[in-house]
Amino acid sequence: MTGYLLKRTFGAFLVMFAVATLVFFMLRLVPGDPIAAMLFDVGDPDAIEEIRSKLGLDQPMYVQYGKWLWYAVQGDLGNSIYGSRAPVGQLISEALPRTLSLASLSFVVATAIAIPAGLIAATRKNTGLDYTVTFAAFLGLSMPDFWLAILLIIVFAANLHWLPAIGYVPLSEGFWPWFSHLILPSIAVGTAFSAIVARMIRSSMLEVLNADYMHVARSKGLSELTLILRHAFPNALIPVITVIGIAFALLMSGAVVVENVFAIKGLGRLLIQSILNRDYPVVQGSILIVSAIFVFSNMLVDILYTLVDPRIRYQS
Amino acid sequence: MTKYANAFGRDDNTTIVRRKSNFLKDISSDKKAVFGLVVLSIFAFFALFAPWVAPHDPNGLDFDMLMPPSLQFPLGTDDLGRDLLSRVIHGTQISLFVGVSTVLIALVFGVALGLVAGYYGGWIDYVIMRYIDLQWAFPNFIIAVYLVAVFGAGLLNIIIAISLAFLDDFARIARSMVLTIKEEQYIAAAKVSGASSARILWRHILPNATAPIIVQATVSVSYAILGEASLSFLGLGVEADTPTWGLILADGRSFISRAWWLGLFPGIAIMLTVLSINFLGDGLRDHLDVREVKDV
Repeated sequence: MTGYLLKRTFGAFLVMFAVATLVFFMLRLVPGDPIAAMLFDVGDPDAIEEIRSKLGLDQPMYVQYGKWLWYAVQGDLGNSIYGSRAPVGQLISEALPRTLSLASLSFVVATAIAIPAGLIAATRKNTGLDYTVTFAAFLGLSMPDFWLAILLIIVFAANLHWLPAIGYVPLSEGFWPWFSHLILPSIAVGTAFSAIVARMIRSSMLEVLNADYMHVARSKGLSELTLILRHAFPNALIPVITVIGIAFALLMSGAVVVENVFAIKGLGRLLIQSILNRDYPVVQGSILIVSAIFVFSNMLVDILYTLVDPRIRYQS
Repeated sequence: MTKYANAFGRDDNTTIVRRKSNFLKDISSDKKAVFGLVVLSIFAFFALFAPWVAPHDPNGLDFDMLMPPSLQFPLGTDDLGRDLLSRVIHGTQISLFVGVSTVLIALVFGVALGLVAGYYGGWIDYVIMRYIDLQWAFPNFIIAVYLVAVFGAGLLNIIIAISLAFLDDFARIARSMVLTIKEEQYIAAAKVSGASSARILWRHILPNATAPIIVQATVSVSYAILGEASLSFLGLGVEADTPTWGLILADGRSFISRAWWLGLFPGIAIMLTVLSINFLGDGLRDHLDVREVKDV
């Protein structure tokens, strides 16, 4: 197990190193010099030169790369070149809690909808209820998250005035203000994931319900509720756990878009705004952090599997 | 030698014929798939004949601003007095074009990479797959955003970005198919008969790997369309004067409290398209009996 952990951690750091290297060189080597394009807005050639030397862009590429990597490892991702000129690290640490709040609440919302929906669909197979759940899942997968966000704002904020339309309030200012600002974004982000999970639970439950041990349990005269909740559901959950791995991927990419609709200044908004503002130190930094979240959450999920299912441990 | 070729040739042919007749029957009895095909045909018609189908100029500032839906403007007008229906019809072009072209590019290059990696193995496989694994660790949409950050916005750039983002899905499927098919006896027979590697890959392996690739392609088109819409919505997509569904929604966003139609109709167009592709993909998945397709 220790060997596996070490191997997995080493692999994760290797991926991060590859991402950092790719991002660094792609921003500089792609034809048309994206950084030159970013600085183009400044206009005056002398001013551009001054900025380039101030940012170290006149040094050889390998020196720039070495320096950037050296500082990045120490947590210094440079300064924004747009607006506030704030350190990138500070911008990210302000944005991170917002994105994590949104992603985790979306996860809760999604599973709270998906589990009962999937169970109902499987146990009421080929009835109106099943068709409704299946169709709703198709809709959930087909709706762009940002459009769902707009619809939710039109209905619940603009017309009913039940919930705030935009913004974010930290948890430290009270639960309800925090929660009320995150309900609509969480639904927008969580819906697609919820559709995937509901479909998986349905098909996995249908398989389990036909297993021999279910016939045994039924022949013992157990009630239908015990059968489903005690015997079928826990076993049906095993394949579903595998989608938890992609959950984070889906929720994070959802958050990137939806944060921009609700003006939540999270990582996604920081990334998109920095691309639009051509603020390349922030682009580099936020890509690195978003990537790190993926890589290390994937690693965590893989390690969890080996704890849940020993067969995986022996395979690797 | 010829005996093998004939025997396998005949076998292949009969399989293909059987599948074709089943396909039409399967699909026509699958209500979802029929719905998907009909809706997609309508949208494809809109895309091809947009200038003739659209009642007005999509960029013409000809009418009163923010008019609600009426007989003259079935979907209303936007904040600049442009006819929303005409804009949505023209938006079909970019959505379908980006969706289909990016997946075709990703399919051609991804499958080629996967075939080469799986067939030759060794260091070629190692190098290709390390890159593919790297990309696999991230959601396609995030990769597309990264690439747009590097290349910049614009139609050509988002096509490159989305195609590259979907590359890994096809490479992985093609590779795993090669690894299975490579061990079949007919491949050994082809090798013995002196067929070149290229011929074996093209004539013997690829045709037997099409089912999962087709299903993946269908799923990918729906995600590519959603991806393009999201990028355009965020301002990272096509040029600002091109009517695309994502951009129309982004433009209308500030007015949704007064003009709900600007927030509703372009989204319905996206949803109907993606839903139809998903229905069709589901039908294909059942028909071709394919299970392993990435859902992100």
